[in-house]
Amino acid sequence: MDVGIVSYGAYVPRYRITPGEIGRVWGADGEGMGASLNVKRKSVPAPDEDTITISTEALRVALLRGAIDPQEIGAIYVGSESHPYAVKPTATVVAQAVGATPYLTAADFEFACKAGTAAIQTCMGLVGSGMIRYGIAIGADTSQGAPGDALEYSASAGGAAFVIGREHLIARIRHTASYTTDTPDFWRREGQRYPSHSGRFTGEPAFFRHVTECARRMFEVAGTQPRDYQHVVFHQPNGKFPQRVGKQLGFTEEQMRYGLVTPYIGNTYSGAALIGLAHVLDHAEPKDRILVVGYGSGAGSDAFDLDATEEVGELDRSFGQPVSEFLEQGIELPYAVYAKFRGKIHMGGS
Amino acid sequence: MATTIARYWRETPRRYNLGGSRCTVCRTIYFPPRSVCPSCSTHRQSLGKMEPFQLSGEGEVYSFCTVHDAAEGFEMEVPYVLALVKTREGPLLTGQVVDLPAERVRIGLKVRATFRKLREEGKAGVIHYGYKFSPAEEPPPHRRPGRSSEPSRSGTPAPEEGRVRA
Ligand SMILES: [Zn+2]
Repeated sequence: MDVGIVSYGAYVPRYRITPGEIGRVWGADGEGMGASLNVKRKSVPAPDEDTITISTEALRVALLRGAIDPQEIGAIYVGSESHPYAVKPTATVVAQAVGATPYLTAADFEFACKAGTAAIQTCMGLVGSGMIRYGIAIGADTSQGAPGDALEYSASAGGAAFVIGREHLIARIRHTASYTTDTPDFWRREGQRYPSHSGRFTGEPAFFRHVTECARRMFEVAGTQPRDYQHVVFHQPNGKFPQRVGKQLGFTEEQMRYGLVTPYIGNTYSGAALIGLAHVLDHAEPKDRILVVGYGSGAGSDAFDLDATEEVGELDRSFGQPVSEFLEQGIELPYAVYAKFRGKIHMGGS
Repeated sequence: MATTIARYWRETPRRYNLGGSRCTVCRTIYFPPRSVCPSCSTHRQSLGKMEPFQLSGEGEVYSFCTVHDAAEGFEMEVPYVLALVKTREGPLLTGQVVDLPAERVRIGLKVRATFRKLREEGKAGVIHYGYKFSPAEEPPPHRRPGRSSEPSRSGTPAPEEGRVRA
């Protein structure tokens, strides 16, 4: 039985900051940093935004676009590394806010940047086995880098929500594959405000190895090769890694044109590959074949082989905000306001 | 503190979802929800005839004020705008207008409800969520990315000087 995407929605906070502005404060060549990362701007959440509000906004758009009755939702899983509570689920607030409570199961997922793709796989299982009618998979983050750290030039906020079901699919998920190992490339210990990373180790043995191996596994499982796809989306911690891994695997810029969103909004972590997929779906034509390869530090990759159906043209994709609006628009902040918004200013007290 | 949590929790349906009520006799819509209809000639007429009604969250600014002296917990957002919003369905709602510099808010501005943090009970306490309003008319685009995918759907050309600094 076919399982796939019934509807989707994305949300990115409205504020932006440029690498040049960040570098100006730390006496670094911010513009050069931005150019080497291929990040022109990154999104900044308002002081009243977090993973719960971003997830809710994305899911509300998805439900309205697809005319989905929230009471038909059987599961909500939110993947993030910035859940507002250490104990108390993001998913319950989101479920209540969209009117899906009380007859559903819900949980928060955590696997660095790939918890959202793990949520899609879980929903595929529940929906495919007939246990539930609709499953909701969300990837969202409001991640931070320590002030002055390389991560600060890219760490941003945003998310996307996908309704997984069996009927009225706009994109069938034909195959999924994963590649997982124990790799200490990036972590954050309980109680630590900012994550740690092992510098150059985040490249070759981590991102590149997992994404490449997972993509190759997917080609084997699906019997496909790069030229069979109209669109490809990779996890995108910056604008450079996905371009490089795409080239290594044999994809063209044309195949990556919609899937690459980090240059305009920064690295949205659990949201990154999923906002890229949402942007692809905004533009997909029936029969377009789409490859998605996510990545999460720690480490693992999940890949999806999808094809758009005739119904993709029937969904009102202009409802809410198409991803291109998030890429083009925004209110630019000076560093001081950004620091205030992100709680980087010590306010006294404990 | 426990009473605050309980009070917020009881108000969850309307703070999260804009759940109001509608009189099935005269079709008047209320927010917050009411159990009898003050518009009907006798209140008894509407007794038991009120139904839940979901507001769309779309509306426009009817009146507003700019707050410079923040209430506790809102220090980070000063100056912020509190507005009376006339919803498409009729009821007037009070809420904060976000994602737009205070000086650009005006009467008649089209807004839509957005889900935001309302307040936090300190660093260790419960976080309360609910609706605020964000502009539904897009401020002009900041600038187009070098490799734009498609013209923006709003169709309005973007003046470069439309860029806003907060
Ligand atoms: Zn009445």
